[in-house]
Amino acid sequence: MIWQFDLLVLVLLVVTAVISLQVKDLLSASMVFGVFSFLICLLWAGMGAVDVAFTEAAVGAGVGAVFLIATVFNTTRDSSD
Amino acid sequence: MKALGLMVVIVVGALLLYAVGDFPAWGDPQSPASQHEISRHFITQAIPETAVPNMVTAVLADYRGYDTMFETVVIFTAGLAIIGILGMARLTDRESLKPMAETKPGDRDMIVINTCRLVIPIMQLFALYVVAHGHHSPGGGFQGGVILGASFILWAIARDLPTALQGIKPRRIVFLAALGVVIYAGTGALSLALDAKLLDYSALHGFLPPAPADGVPNEIMARSHGMLVVEIGVAFTVSAIMFGIYTYLSSMGRLKGGL
Repeated sequence: MIWQFDLLVLVLLVVTAVISLQVKDLLSASMVFGVFSFLICLLWAGMGAVDVAFTEAAVGAGVGAVFLIATVFNTTRDSSD
Repeated sequence: MKALGLMVVIVVGALLLYAVGDFPAWGDPQSPASQHEISRHFITQAIPETAVPNMVTAVLADYRGYDTMFETVVIFTAGLAIIGILGMARLTDRESLKPMAETKPGDRDMIVINTCRLVIPIMQLFALYVVAHGHHSPGGGFQGGVILGASFILWAIARDLPTALQGIKPRRIVFLAALGVVIYAGTGALSLALDAKLLDYSALHGFLPPAPADGVPNEIMARSHGMLVVEIGVAFTVSAIMFGIYTYLSSMGRLKGGL
């Protein structure tokens, strides 16, 4: 593992985690959460856990993000803030 | 209240970070997990005992097959729960649901549909490769099943749900998911019927054609092929449940309209 690459991914991981919690728009939050999953997938792949990385990419970043977005499409926007 | 919550999070986070210091270093051969006799057994004996190069699959589907069988049951149950709850919501409070925009055939973008026509067969072929090659390279039933389910979901997004459901009826989704669990548990029960332990695939060697004299013995090849069979079962359950969850989630159980 290259420590500069790891540091970059870890920093981005924290940034995307905070963004997906803080952003008001639920659609953006779901998409940033998908990015978060892809970054974790990169970390797994870097550590040689390719099976885990594959599952994370398929389930977390792929289908999981689609489920979240499909659910967001069925919500209504009536929040006051 | 917010400050209190932040304080709790910081204290727990600091404790967790402090505990990380006691972890062994990444990939440390002297760590307790690597020193234990059982990990040495998996690393040195996986290929002689099961003829499966991917050690992860050998542990997942053979040595620890009982665990993976119930993992499949967990996915099946979770999917049934979502389908059941959302299917019920459709029947009880029809009025409170947001009205759905009706889609007409002309509404859908031709470029998107035709791109999906090109991409979906490649996705499905790749999914089948991932399932069938799961014991030789990274992958397996879970990943391949998710990719297969995602290809159906892509078609449902590009067109609309009724079009995607023409191929697989909602009732058949549950049937296919149950079939996967039956394939997995049936393989285990078959070895039980042949006077071996549950999920001991080497008992199934009688179903294989005679092994070449200088090749791998049938008792060992049966474990490799047994893993392939249970991975196919997992792929059935996972792909059907993924598509089922999407259809019910995206339409709140009404199974019509597009996204």
